[in-house]
Amino acid sequence: MALFEADNLSKTFGGGKGAVHAVKGATFGLEPGSITAVVGESGSGKSTLARLVLGLLPSSGGTMTFDGSDVTKMSFLQSKKYWQEVQAVFQDPFSAFNQFFTVERLLDRSAKLIDNKAEARTRMEEALHHVGFEVADVIKKHPHELSGGQRQRIMIARALMMRPKLLLADEATSMLDASLRVNVLNVFKDLRDNLGTTIMIITHDIGQATYVADRMLVMQKGDMVEQGTSQDVVFNPQHEYTKQLLADVPKLHGELGELVH
Amino acid sequence: MTKRLLEAKQVTAAYHTPDGREVRAVDNVSVFVNEGEILGCAGESGCGKSTLGNVLALTARPPLYPISGTLNIDGQVLELGQNNKVPRTWRGSVVSMLPQGALNSLSPTAKIRGLVVDVLKSHGTKLSKDECLDLARDRMKNLGLPTRALDSYPHQLSGGMKQRVITVISTLLNPRLLIADEPTSALDVSSQRALVEMLREMLNQDIMKGVIFITHDLPLLKTISDRVAIMYAGQIVEVANSEDIAERPRHPYSKALLNAVLAPEEDTLAKRVEGIKGSPPSLAKPPSGCRFHPRCGLAMDICTQVMPRAQGNELQFAKCHWSQQHPHEPIRIEDVLRRNDEIEAPVLIKKEA
Amino acid sequence: MRFSVRFYVAAGLVVLVLLAALLGPFLIGVDPNTSIGGLYDKPGVHPGFGGILGTDNEGQSVMSNLLYGTRTSLLVGLIAGIVASAIGLVIGLIAGYAGGLVEEILMGLTNIMLAIPSIVIVILLSVSLPQRNIFTLALVIGITSWPWTARAVRAQATSVRTREHIEVAKMSGANFWSILVWDVLPYLLSYVVMAFVLQVASAILTESSLSMLGLGPSNIVSIGMMLNWALAWGSIRVGAWWAFIPPTLMLTLIAFSLFLLQSSLDELFNPRLRRGKKVKAGVVTPDQDDEFLPEAGSAAGPAALMEAAVVDRTREEARP
Repeated sequence: MALFEADNLSKTFGGGKGAVHAVKGATFGLEPGSITAVVGESGSGKSTLARLVLGLLPSSGGTMTFDGSDVTKMSFLQSKKYWQEVQAVFQDPFSAFNQFFTVERLLDRSAKLIDNKAEARTRMEEALHHVGFEVADVIKKHPHELSGGQRQRIMIARALMMRPKLLLADEATSMLDASLRVNVLNVFKDLRDNLGTTIMIITHDIGQATYVADRMLVMQKGDMVEQGTSQDVVFNPQHEYTKQLLADVPKLHGELGELVH
Repeated sequence: MTKRLLEAKQVTAAYHTPDGREVRAVDNVSVFVNEGEILGCAGESGCGKSTLGNVLALTARPPLYPISGTLNIDGQVLELGQNNKVPRTWRGSVVSMLPQGALNSLSPTAKIRGLVVDVLKSHGTKLSKDECLDLARDRMKNLGLPTRALDSYPHQLSGGMKQRVITVISTLLNPRLLIADEPTSALDVSSQRALVEMLREMLNQDIMKGVIFITHDLPLLKTISDRVAIMYAGQIVEVANSEDIAERPRHPYSKALLNAVLAPEEDTLAKRVEGIKGSPPSLAKPPSGCRFHPRCGLAMDICTQVMPRAQGNELQFAKCHWSQQHPHEPIRIEDVLRRNDEIEAPVLIKKEA
Repeated sequence: MRFSVRFYVAAGLVVLVLLAALLGPFLIGVDPNTSIGGLYDKPGVHPGFGGILGTDNEGQSVMSNLLYGTRTSLLVGLIAGIVASAIGLVIGLIAGYAGGLVEEILMGLTNIMLAIPSIVIVILLSVSLPQRNIFTLALVIGITSWPWTARAVRAQATSVRTREHIEVAKMSGANFWSILVWDVLPYLLSYVVMAFVLQVASAILTESSLSMLGLGPSNIVSIGMMLNWALAWGSIRVGAWWAFIPPTLMLTLIAFSLFLLQSSLDELFNPRLRRGKKVKAGVVTPDQDDEFLPEAGSAAGPAALMEAAVVDRTREEARP
């Protein structure tokens, strides 16, 4: 059974003529212990979908089920409980930080979701170790004292600290350099392989998705146009849009591509 | 023989920090571009590639100061230095900058036509308003862009169209050299491709004679550039034909960078790729010898002491002791990443007991 | 942080005014309410510091009145500024962050307040009050002038609301008020400080206008009251310039120094507005991104291409 299921999930902003249908009836499931990538260009509604799944935006229609219970509409207390099991890493390692907080303050705040105080501290230290930090080195630092990559790792540690069953990464690697990017993607792979975490990554980069994901969902203008295993979607795409997307990706090796010279 | 368009020799530029130190973000860099050529420039963030772009485009602003170097663009020579004034006629007509994030800095309340006039006027054109717009209209027609974009507000255009229109506007004065700083990073792949095709077309139409294209997207660089320069810690460590860089890099850093590229290809599904651990060195206090040696698995004793010299010619070279000693041996990625474990506590997600 | 020359000039003038208001009354040793001479005695007729600016319509020392009056005016400005900033901050903050219906209601209220000419309310309120002391006057000015602050704060809070750190805070289980105080407010503090300075300046001017109309505080001297007397007792007609020029100059000095202070603070908080060559960036640590380095210094980016076309929106929003 899928850990998370969305049935005909939709989100409309505004109303009347100016209404924007950001997500139009998305139906999908996230298998436990797998990585699913949502692929699409800017404006495809993939970030809106992420916020719906995270319970940060109320949906306009459809249902969401997590671990057997309905999470379509949640009270503040229910959300708090949901966020103990579902966490996220966001795109921008700069704006995801409150610049007035130290790393410790940031993590302490999340730690309040954990009932046992001592346990929370242990997990915080453990999570920082997971992403390659010495606790004493970073805990007193402000975000401006950290590099972009370091900040993103802190954000991952924050999410890991909750030991989420479902981790959602919204373009979490798009602002990182190629080299750092694979390091972060490897963290996701390790989480899946060693802790059995279910992961959903949102990305516009189909190359990253190919590397990390077991399954792919392709979105275009709010519609989920194709879904399947990465193997199928990348090497045997059915939908025109997916084919176009793949054709436009610049290739590093092999033929130069027909557009040059 | 192809004509040389840009000769930038021994360019050094530094940021002045409030406590009075100098951080050399570009250190003794020489760049050459031939006519009709697109030179790609890549590297990790913080390697100085944007800074180099700003210095070459003469748009350096405090706290960034050019310190020394010589620019020769299409026969016109300029000595760089902290107190040397930039001739007003250079910007826009000799060299033009397509800045990073230009997409998001357009005034939302002004139509594109207003931008055309403003940009041309600020570069001291003697054309009248209508002539400016005619020029822009012709240019857009020739490049296959819809001229009605001129009468649109920025928000009415898609990101890709906006970027192409801005590119056209920034080259209205036919600069000899265009420097484009991450023009594609905010665009999706289809728009990237359209922009790249348009740049090629602009070179064909002789709107400009050469382009320096700065990005961290290596596959894109391979597609668009004739040659690629790889920067690390304020220096160019390797320059080569894009084909050679992609298939036969001669510097371990280039190799590591290319290795981390993820493409939707068959082998990406199964393989595990490792990135280089550790951070680029502090430019305020760069390491002795080769600047990459603290992270390099191929580093030898000599690398820690002697800065490697460029092997090859000014259009194609690598600065690496190892490559020099092993001229025909390809660099193996396992060797480069050999020191990953000792550099930094590894990212470990252990199975729970 | 690096302060500009402008800031030092502004701060110097503000300190000068403050010293006059705080120490002046103690140093002068002349009661502003006792007569030291006759109607409009010329400056220098009476000996000492008290006589340096002559006497007013009641034969009282103009200098003494000026110093005591400055103190009153500043006090009114300060109280009114605090009241207006506090109300505006709370309303703007909640409206900007909460959004939706709450925002509609609060901003509707703010716009109604803006549409009613506040001077009318102030006049009505101060007429209907049984006794007009400086505190009630300051309160009245304060509760009629908060809408500007509310609008400025709301605009800023709206932009902070879309930052990802708010979502991170929500997912950490933080509640509405915690996010408002710890995640939104700190980003607005610099704007609030600037808005406060403007509120103080405009409250002082409002108090003077009211007092000139004869609606000032009873039984205490303020700069506006001095002008009111000077007008009422024909100082202009008889050429007694010392009765109206000094309070006018003092009022100008106060307002000017505060406006200058505000604009130099604006420069300080928005490095993009800094003029001249010596723009100093924050410490350039090399592991910061390329994108990050030019932010402070080489606004070289867009500026080069679009010098004329870029709108500095932050600045406009910051001005109430």
